[in-house]
Amino acid sequence: MFNLSIVTPEKIFYENEVASLIAPGIEGYLGILTNHAPLITAITPGKVTVKNESEEIITMSVSEGFLEVSANTATLLVDAVEYASDIDLDRAKEAIERATRRMSDKAGSIDIPRLRKAVERAKNRLRIASDD
Amino acid sequence: MPTLREVKKRIRSTISTRQITKAMEMVAAAKLRKAQMRIMQVRPYSEKLTTILSHLSEAASGELVHPFFEKREVKKRTLVLVTSDRGFCGSFNSNLIRKANKWLGDQNRDDVELILVGKKGLDFYKRRQWNIVETFQDWSGNLDYTKARNLVDMLTKRFLDGETDEISVIYTQFLSTARYKICDVPYLPVDSLDEEHNEDEEKQKSNFDYIFEPSPEAIFKDIMPKYALTKMITALADSFASEHGTRMMAMGSATKNAGEMIDALTLQYNKARQAAITKELLEIVSGAEALKG
Repeated sequence: MFNLSIVTPEKIFYENEVASLIAPGIEGYLGILTNHAPLITAITPGKVTVKNESEEIITMSVSEGFLEVSANTATLLVDAVEYASDIDLDRAKEAIERATRRMSDKAGSIDIPRLRKAVERAKNRLRIASDD
Repeated sequence: MPTLREVKKRIRSTISTRQITKAMEMVAAAKLRKAQMRIMQVRPYSEKLTTILSHLSEAASGELVHPFFEKREVKKRTLVLVTSDRGFCGSFNSNLIRKANKWLGDQNRDDVELILVGKKGLDFYKRRQWNIVETFQDWSGNLDYTKARNLVDMLTKRFLDGETDEISVIYTQFLSTARYKICDVPYLPVDSLDEEHNEDEEKQKSNFDYIFEPSPEAIFKDIMPKYALTKMITALADSFASEHGTRMMAMGSATKNAGEMIDALTLQYNKARQAAITKELLEIVSGAEALKG
């Protein structure tokens, strides 16, 4: 068991003792168990799987952020997080459509990397929602 | 002595003023609650972010490898002044502007640029010869993340492009409904990270030998823009909360004053009415006396 808190700029999303955590690190998914070595890594949009005290598995989608593990305390700091069951499919589809439309839109100053990231995030949410 | 009608008119207008200030007080109270909640929401995130960052810099053996830390010889300075968009909040804006003027006092006009958040600051400085590069207005007392992000993007870009060597922010720190503190804080370059750290954390850190994925430099690159954004958002959230708090207090005392004024005027009105009645009676009585002859 170790303590996990998932924090976004809006609120503390999740805070509990958990058995394991699987998070999308920038160099691939990584699993965290009790007594993990101290670690700081960047997080990319992807799926977070948490196994809580009663061995229940909780999945959620996250966007960019960071993960710090030290002394059996894991802190997952992300821009946005959603339970897989709460994901709004229509909204995600809409976000992809909007971003792709704007990418092909030549007019004005378009921030292509930002749009690409938006598409990536929305696709990630779609993927997780359909897995669930 | 004002006539009865005049007094009555004044009473009526004061009553409607009181109604307005009362309504404004309540609106401010509702907005204050929301703004306070915002502060509470951002706080854990910004605290954790600062913790990670300080662990990171600790582990990178004090070598702060990011352009945001780069201290250059200061030739050009930027001041970000956060005021409110609307008035009716007592001395809130004038205090802020006074602080900003003091800051600007000993600066050379050509080496300073202003970035103004909120209309009141703009109203003041547009007629003066300072170099205003950008303004961010119409927040209507709410923290708009997109706007805040634009502000931060602009600031960091100016700093990285070398258009400015030092950015400071003047804003109000929210203490309680009636109290705020005007702060003048350096924004970029980032100098110290552990200002918000308490004893426990001091003890706890530095004992760990962190693994970094991919590397401290890469994480710094990702984390610094977030840090800058969070710092600005915290400042803005505090400012908005102080604005609403001050407005609530100002409107509260205005309502109270209006009430006192109404009491005083009502007294005056009644006195005048009584005097008029007495006068009339006297006239009738003396008229009757005169007829008796």
